[in-house]
Amino acid sequence: MDQYQAEEEIVGKAYDARLMRRLLKYLVPYKLYVIISIILLLLISALQLVGPYLTKIAIDRYIVTQNISGLSRIALIFLAVLIITFFLRYLQIYIMQFVGQKVMFDMRMKLFSHLQEMSLSFFDKNPVGRLITRLTNDVEVLNEMLTSGVIAIFGDIFSLVGIVIVMLWLDFRLALVSFAVLPLLIYATILFRQKVRKSYRAIRTRIARINAFLQESIVGMAIIQIFNREKKNFGKFKELNYHYLEACLQSIFYHAIFHPLVEIIGSVAIALIVWYGGGQILKGALTFGALVAFIQYVERFYHPIRDLSEKYTIMQSAMASSERIFKLLDTQAEVKDPELPLSISKIQGKIEFKDVWFAYNDKEDVLCDISFCVQPGEKVAIVGATGAGKTSIISLLARFYDPQKGKILIDGRDIRDFRQKELRRYLGIVQQDVFLFSGTIEDNIKLGENKISFRQVEESAKYVNADRFIEELPQGYQEDVRERGSLLSVGQKQLLSFARALVFDPKILILDEATSSVDTETEILIQDALAKLLQHRTSIVIAHRLSTIKGVDRIIVMHGGRIRESGTHQELMRKKEIYYRLYQMQYQF
Amino acid sequence: MTPIFFLINLTQLELQIIEKLLTTMRINNNLARLKTYLLRHKRDLIWGVVFSIGTNLFALLIPYVLRYTIDGLQTVINKETLLLYALLIACISIMGGFFRYLMTRRIMGVAFQVEYELRNDLFSHLQKLSLSYFHKIKTGDIMARATNDLKAVRMLLGPGIRNLLNTIIMGTAAIALMLTIDYKLTLYSLIPLPVLTITVTIFSSRIFHRFKKVQEQFSSMSAGVQENLSGIRVVKAHAQEENEKRKFRQLNQEYMNKNMSLVKIWGPFFPFIMLIFGIGMVIVLWLGGRLVITERISLGQLVQFNGYLMMLTWPMMALGWVINLVQRGSASMGRLLEILEQVPQIKDSEQTQDISVLEGEIEFKNVSFAYDEKVILKNINLKIPKGITIGITGPIGSGKSTLVNLIPRLLELRQGSLTIDGMEIKTIPLKVLRKNIGYVPQETFLFSESLKENIIYGLEDFDEAKLRRAVSISALDDEIERFSQRYETPVGERGVTLSGGQKQRTAISRAIIREPKILILDDAFSSVDVHTEEKILKQLGKFRKRRTCILVAHRISTIHDADLILVLKDGEIVEQGTHKELVAKRGIYTNMYRQQRLREELEKIA
Repeated sequence: MDQYQAEEEIVGKAYDARLMRRLLKYLVPYKLYVIISIILLLLISALQLVGPYLTKIAIDRYIVTQNISGLSRIALIFLAVLIITFFLRYLQIYIMQFVGQKVMFDMRMKLFSHLQEMSLSFFDKNPVGRLITRLTNDVEVLNEMLTSGVIAIFGDIFSLVGIVIVMLWLDFRLALVSFAVLPLLIYATILFRQKVRKSYRAIRTRIARINAFLQESIVGMAIIQIFNREKKNFGKFKELNYHYLEACLQSIFYHAIFHPLVEIIGSVAIALIVWYGGGQILKGALTFGALVAFIQYVERFYHPIRDLSEKYTIMQSAMASSERIFKLLDTQAEVKDPELPLSISKIQGKIEFKDVWFAYNDKEDVLCDISFCVQPGEKVAIVGATGAGKTSIISLLARFYDPQKGKILIDGRDIRDFRQKELRRYLGIVQQDVFLFSGTIEDNIKLGENKISFRQVEESAKYVNADRFIEELPQGYQEDVRERGSLLSVGQKQLLSFARALVFDPKILILDEATSSVDTETEILIQDALAKLLQHRTSIVIAHRLSTIKGVDRIIVMHGGRIRESGTHQELMRKKEIYYRLYQMQYQF
Repeated sequence: MTPIFFLINLTQLELQIIEKLLTTMRINNNLARLKTYLLRHKRDLIWGVVFSIGTNLFALLIPYVLRYTIDGLQTVINKETLLLYALLIACISIMGGFFRYLMTRRIMGVAFQVEYELRNDLFSHLQKLSLSYFHKIKTGDIMARATNDLKAVRMLLGPGIRNLLNTIIMGTAAIALMLTIDYKLTLYSLIPLPVLTITVTIFSSRIFHRFKKVQEQFSSMSAGVQENLSGIRVVKAHAQEENEKRKFRQLNQEYMNKNMSLVKIWGPFFPFIMLIFGIGMVIVLWLGGRLVITERISLGQLVQFNGYLMMLTWPMMALGWVINLVQRGSASMGRLLEILEQVPQIKDSEQTQDISVLEGEIEFKNVSFAYDEKVILKNINLKIPKGITIGITGPIGSGKSTLVNLIPRLLELRQGSLTIDGMEIKTIPLKVLRKNIGYVPQETFLFSESLKENIIYGLEDFDEAKLRRAVSISALDDEIERFSQRYETPVGERGVTLSGGQKQRTAISRAIIREPKILILDDAFSSVDVHTEEKILKQLGKFRKRRTCILVAHRISTIHDADLILVLKDGEIVEQGTHKELVAKRGIYTNMYRQQRLREELEKIA
């Protein structure tokens, strides 16, 4: 959680060239649109300059000379310019939003695909909630940067440059006079940025502390209440909250100073224009229209600078988000496919473990020196106390993880020589907890595999005795599982998962039997289905039911991560060692 | 139509529209609650309004000076007067800026203050809610409300109020000043305004509608990802990655489409506002220019008028943003109220008696308990005399934790009666009740503080001797000596990783240091090895004598010495007696005992 917080609270630079270059790559497929959008932006900036200039012409040529028809003509041109600007703006926004949405679409797709390729060890380490945040919120922040950050900054720069050029062209000296305050503005902006960055950082770290404390308090609420600590705890929270308030008030101080300062500097520029420009008019060196146009240009000049702090924040959070996204994309899957994968159309189903050692995330060994062989068509049960390493064997066989030492072979070939997806197609895996996806019963049996026909779905359901309860549902196979999910019993879910495994007709069946008890009637159905499911297949079953154990060819007994005994039920019972005790523990009562 | 009448009409129209928007979004209720917070800062708000008026009046003075400059330049003006005008502009803007600074600090200050108060209220309210509330609501959900929603409320209060004030004050004053120049010109130049407000109203309801669609699709997309990631084992086991990508592509595409449909009407929104104001400018130039030509107004007045119109642009544009802030802020306030209006179930009442000492005799009479129709405890009758030790065992989900959680009122009793020293538990002051209970929960929870802070957690005053004793009883003393920072060793998320057993023993120390009359250990030895468990139980022996002690355990070794042992199954007491009696009974307890011995044998083999 702490690391999670730390990662969420990254406060970085507003601009990072390395990240930016990577981000811009996502724009490459849409470069035509981007170019059009930039051209439009140039046009819009240019058209925005027309207004004050038209005002100048109107005043100098027509109002002062009392030419009404000329005035009307100018007004009409002005109107036309406005209408054109409106359409260009709309077009520009639309195109840029379109690009933004497309880029987000691509990015989400890429992230999602990347996640699909990650190994299970990755999901053990990363909470689902955090991954969802990457895929949704972080991507959304990037869009904001693309559409309102970068592009708006482009637009502002175009406008500023345009205004400077027009002012210089209208009256070189007056322009220089009105720019006299510019260094002051630049200095104020730089100073403000530094201060704000500092206080922004203080705000972020303090709110992170509040949230960590809040989270801890929620989780430990029972302890707080029973130890009568509400008051003290609230005191602590209040203190943290107060520190945050102080940081916030500090940051408004800067904002409260900066915005009026920019305005004052702008007004000083206008004062300069009045003083110097007025003098020029008196000398006859400047027209009234030019003076008015100058005032209007200066007002427009200072506007974009005012929004700077806002854009700065957008850029900053976008950089932090993109850093997190790229970090995720750069994470490599631990279990990798071979470069030259083997492909076998039909396998025999022989499984062999050779001196396999395994530990999750380099902790204690869960499996030590495991070696065994299952012949094609043989049925093997694995039994052992909880924590003996049974489920790990299945996870390794399915290559959810790779062992640290040793080899696992199917038909004499190392499973690392197959592509993971191909390997898993050979295997039918039934997990202990049945996970249902939203969608219909049919969807949950064929899992989106369109090659499977409805008849096949029906047949497999019937074969594993799932047809009865399915047909009793109001919509049968089309019943929505999400809505009815809670109404399906544990046993029914298990039958559903059998049908799911069977419909793919695997050569090898791996089954992690559920421990939860079900009603007698369903129990009979499940036992019957299980027996059918195991027929003619190489099977490895982590067994909890006596009937399953008695029905297999061989039993492997695991204890403390090692294989301790192996043989048939009768043989092991005669030995009177681990299996005998396990048997007594679980089945005698 | 008189100018004044027109003025009132327009602002009323604006207000009506704002009000209509507010009511249609059903947000009045949420905002009413916010008002009580705002009223506490009435003085700051009034000052904020005053400063806002100051800011805007000064801003409106600048076009006035420009008018005199330009008119003066046409007739007679000397360089000194010109300089005076220039200085005047600078001074006015400095004054205006000063007022703007004061206004921002006041109003934003109020917003942060209210955020601070709301956060405090939220926190202290959460501490009053009972455990059953926290079982129902996810931690992430509360966190989201305490962060995002609180922020949205602050945005409503800060920039929201500031911009609303600016719009109203600037709007009214600018229009009034425009009217003093020429009311017809004002009328014509403002013609686009009603067009604007009407389009804003129409647009915003559509935007709201489409925005909701976008949010809905966002939720389903997130839900899709959530499901995929939760079921990643199944996806991988059946090699369904490609199909999952296809499914996600659809959700993703749909989300993009919904967004683009929003862009289609949101996109022209701002350009349209700009267009409307541009048209206003054209009208001023065209009609105003004619008025100058016909010498009805001066050129300076035209410039002044134009200045006001430009000043109106920003506040009017900000109005759309404000409406957005209000909508979001009040929706968020609603979500905060869902927590704040949650009535604490467990609290002191009028029946509470004035007691300060408890002896520790506990009696359950016909106690039943259910969670959302799921029955957990059925008709429990049990008398625990003071000073005895009682052991409770039974399968997972048999109701053991629920039974002991009723005693400190972490869960509220609904059926039957539970008394301590013959008093109904509800009549004992909550503080007194809990002060007399030492409790070690099933899931050990330690705070991110030092080991010492965690152990003395429930102690009013620090007492070194008590600390030593508690740690020694919990068999934690040797290990603490081995930590380099000893008692100051940080634990929890940021600190060292204590083993499960060390954590449990820290929790045991935390419970016994309070020297409670009733000690509840809910499966408190599950991560402690049998040998250490034996040691702790032995050391607890003397401590236990004058106290009622309740031991919940799966391991027989924890409870076999207890004065009385209960076996719970499906919420009922199915067996009770001493260890000897129960073993002789050949029931569930006997089975458990035998299984445990087998397990011990198994462990020896390994």
